[in-house]
Parts: sequence; structure tokens; C-alpha cells
Amino acid sequence: MSDYNFAYLDEQTKRMIRRAILKGLAIPGYQVPFASREMPMPYGWGTGGVQVSAAILTPDDTFKVIDQGADDTTNAVSIRRFFQKTAGVAVTEATTEASVIQTRHRIPEQDLRDDQILVYQVPIPEPLRFLEPSEVETRKMHSLEEYGLMHVKLYEDISQHGDIATAYAYPVKVEGRYVMDPSPIPKFDNPKLEMAGIQLFGAGREQRIYAIPPYTQVVSLDFDDYPFQPTKADHACDLCGAEDSYLDELIVDDAGGRMFMCSDTDYCTSRRKNGHVGAQGVPFKEDAA
Amino acid sequence: MQAHVLEGGFDNHAVDSSHAFRAVMTAMARPGQIATLQGALPPAPLSKAAGVVLLTLCDPETPIYLAPSHDSQQLRDWITFHTGAPFVTAEAAIFAVGTWQDLPVSAFAIGTAEYPDRSATLIVECESLSNTGAVLRGPGIKDQTALSLPKTDAFQSNAALFPLGLDFIFTCSDRLAALPRTTRVG
Ligand SMILES: [Zn+2]
Repeated sequence: MSDYNFAYLDEQTKRMIRRAILKGLAIPGYQVPFASREMPMPYGWGTGGVQVSAAILTPDDTFKVIDQGADDTTNAVSIRRFFQKTAGVAVTEATTEASVIQTRHRIPEQDLRDDQILVYQVPIPEPLRFLEPSEVETRKMHSLEEYGLMHVKLYEDISQHGDIATAYAYPVKVEGRYVMDPSPIPKFDNPKLEMAGIQLFGAGREQRIYAIPPYTQVVSLDFDDYPFQPTKADHACDLCGAEDSYLDELIVDDAGGRMFMCSDTDYCTSRRKNGHVGAQGVPFKEDAA
Repeated sequence: MQAHVLEGGFDNHAVDSSHAFRAVMTAMARPGQIATLQGALPPAPLSKAAGVVLLTLCDPETPIYLAPSHDSQQLRDWITFHTGAPFVTAEAAIFAVGTWQDLPVSAFAIGTAEYPDRSATLIVECESLSNTGAVLRGPGIKDQTALSLPKTDAFQSNAALFPLGLDFIFTCSDRLAALPRTTRVG
């Protein structure tokens, strides 16, 4: 550990990121610019989230990383090991044991407590970017609360598809002021953005940090005649039987056999350990894990 | 420069500042919640908590305004040695330190419409700090809480500026609490 700066980044960089985090918390949903640093991993690996984690971790933390709900992808394992080595943190795959959770594209099924922090890896922080390519213009639109175009885009979805087709990165309005991209989480997760824990968002390539303090109002944009609906596959988890979790669909054989399973692997495993068995599941055995 | 200017910093800067930042961040995310900090022993009249905040967040990039209550050569030397932050007028400050009476609150930067984050954070040194007095509501607060604010109307006016405005850290001995611009003071 002595060959590294604590949590990899030098102290001046951490101070700069820490100041950005504080302003982010003071202005919920507003994107604070920061000077992103090169990290020893490619941008697609969540360098924004990694820099936020580096700025907030202490050696007393227990750190969990999920990638689309799974702890065991290359990306998740690499980031977990990175902070185990550079910050001396304990690591876990159990949501309830973690003090800091870095995530790509999911919010854990288990409600977070007020002593837990969720750090999101964000690819494109600007919710207005696909409507307006210019940063100067989007910044102006945010300053004037000019969000009409966003509503028009969602409404075009309805006229074309009969419903709002946006399924991921579904835009939200934070505390009645800033429209924010919650990162590419499924819209099923949007209601969980109002939580007891602190939520921090880091975009490395785009050099933005934003935040949602606990118990902050987060409203998914919708219309009176088309209210927001946090949809998921109309199925139960085939492994643990959960009916309330977000599911991944898996093709399991050449005959086109399908299987639905919890995207949050810790949630699924915990349920199976507690004796829940889905339609295609087998009772949980410690050795089989 | 007196020898004790060199003293009173963090023993292990990286680790001490990581703990300190988590305390400050938690305070800013949960307005009114009081935290206890450790690690710095600044010269009087700077409180331990205010010293820890400066060591954790300040460097040559963050100009500091010292209110008359805190503007001594000894304290300037200590801050310069441990952080390298330059001293400026209230208008140019990113951070400010002083008693409520001595801070020219209306002079500080409140950010711009497009960059509301370009606003000052005021460290207000208090004689007492407790969860009594003004009722606080808003982001970070479940239902409501209370905090012994030095005034109420100044913080109501500040909240009315949202998304512009100042953010406050109240310090007392080794404890602190924060009040971002989003908090509604009842
Ligand atoms: Zn399951």
C-alpha cells in the first residue's frame, strides 16, 4: 500500500473532487464541473465513479461494487480490488454489509440505510444532450429551467409507441428544480432514487459530479394522462421466486428455453439462502455458490 | 515564523483527511446533524473543527477570507503553512472563517445562474452548537430537525436565492454542522 497514494489519487485532486461533491450535495441534481484525472482503467470502466469513490473512501469502509447488479463481472472485480489495494478497505458482496457501494446501471433491491453511500458510474451526465449537443446551450437551458423540449421528446414516444419508450436513464426532476439523468439504470429503479442513503454520481469523460442528498424529492418526468410506470418483466425470478425484483432474461439452451433471474445477484442469493426457491431453482447449498 | 505554526496539522494527511471529509460530507448531506472531528490543533481563536475543515478542503486553489474575529498573523501563518491558500477579500473568497457578527454575509459570491456552484462556503464559529432552536426542513432531512442558528432571517433569505446562495458550516470546539442553501429555516 505504501507505493500508492491513499486511494490512488493525490491529495490535491481529492480536495478538488471533495469540494465538487459538497457543492453537488448543496445543489441537488446540478452537474458540478470537475477536472477529471486519468485513472489506470479505460473510461468505459467508470472512471468518474472511481474518482468519486477515491475521494470519499476511508480505511474503515466496507466496499461493494456492482455492474448491472452483479458483483462478479470483470469490471466490478477490478474496481473492488483496486480500492482493496490502494485504500485498504474491506470488501463485500452483501449489500447490507457495505458502507459504500459503487454501481453501474442498477440500484440494489435492498433499501439502503442512512449510513450507506451509493456511487454511480455515469457515461453521459447531461439529460438534455440528445436534444441539444452544445454544452453552452444545455447549461443555459438548466439555468432557465427550460425543460419543455424534454417533455416534447417523451410525448413523441407516446405518439409513436403508445407509451413512453424510454426504459433506461429515464429523466427525473430533483427537488422541483434540476432535471437530472439518473445514469442508465432501468426506470424500474427510479422510485428508489428517493432513499435514506447519500447518492453521488461521477462522469469521468464528461467531467461532471452531481448528487442527491437523503430524503430528497426525485420525480420521474411524466404526464397526467401517461403517468410514470416503473416497469419490469412480468415474471417471477426463476431462481428465488422474487416477484418484486428487476429481472434479466437469459436464453438457457439451443431450443430457445428462457429463464428470468434477479439482476441483483446478492438479493437473489440472500433470498435463496433464506429458503426461497423459484420455478427453475434448486434449494441453496453453500458449496454450490 | 514561530515554531508552533508548524504544529497542529494532520499526523497522516491522507487518512486523517479522508475521515474528516466523510464527516463534513455527511454533515452537508444531512443538514443539522452534528459531527465531531479530530486531527487538527490550530492556534486560537480557530476552533479544532474549523481547523480540520480548512486542512481537508483548502489549498492554493481556494482563496480564504478571514473575518476580523479571526484575522491574526499567527492564524494566517498556520493556514499558509498547512494549506497554501491565499487570503483575499470577502468578494473573492471560496471559503470564509469568522464569527457570525464579523462575517460580511452579503459580500460573498453566491454563484451564477449557469454555475451556481461558484459560491462561497462560510465557516461560522459559534459559542454553542446544539439541535435546538430554528426548525430545519429540506433535502437531507427526514421530516424536520432543529439547529441553534445565530440568526434565522439571513438563512431564509439565502434559501430564497436557490439554486444560488451560500453554504454554511457551523463550528464549535471539535464539532460541526452544516446548512446548505436548500435548507428551509422555519
Ligand atoms: Zn432471484
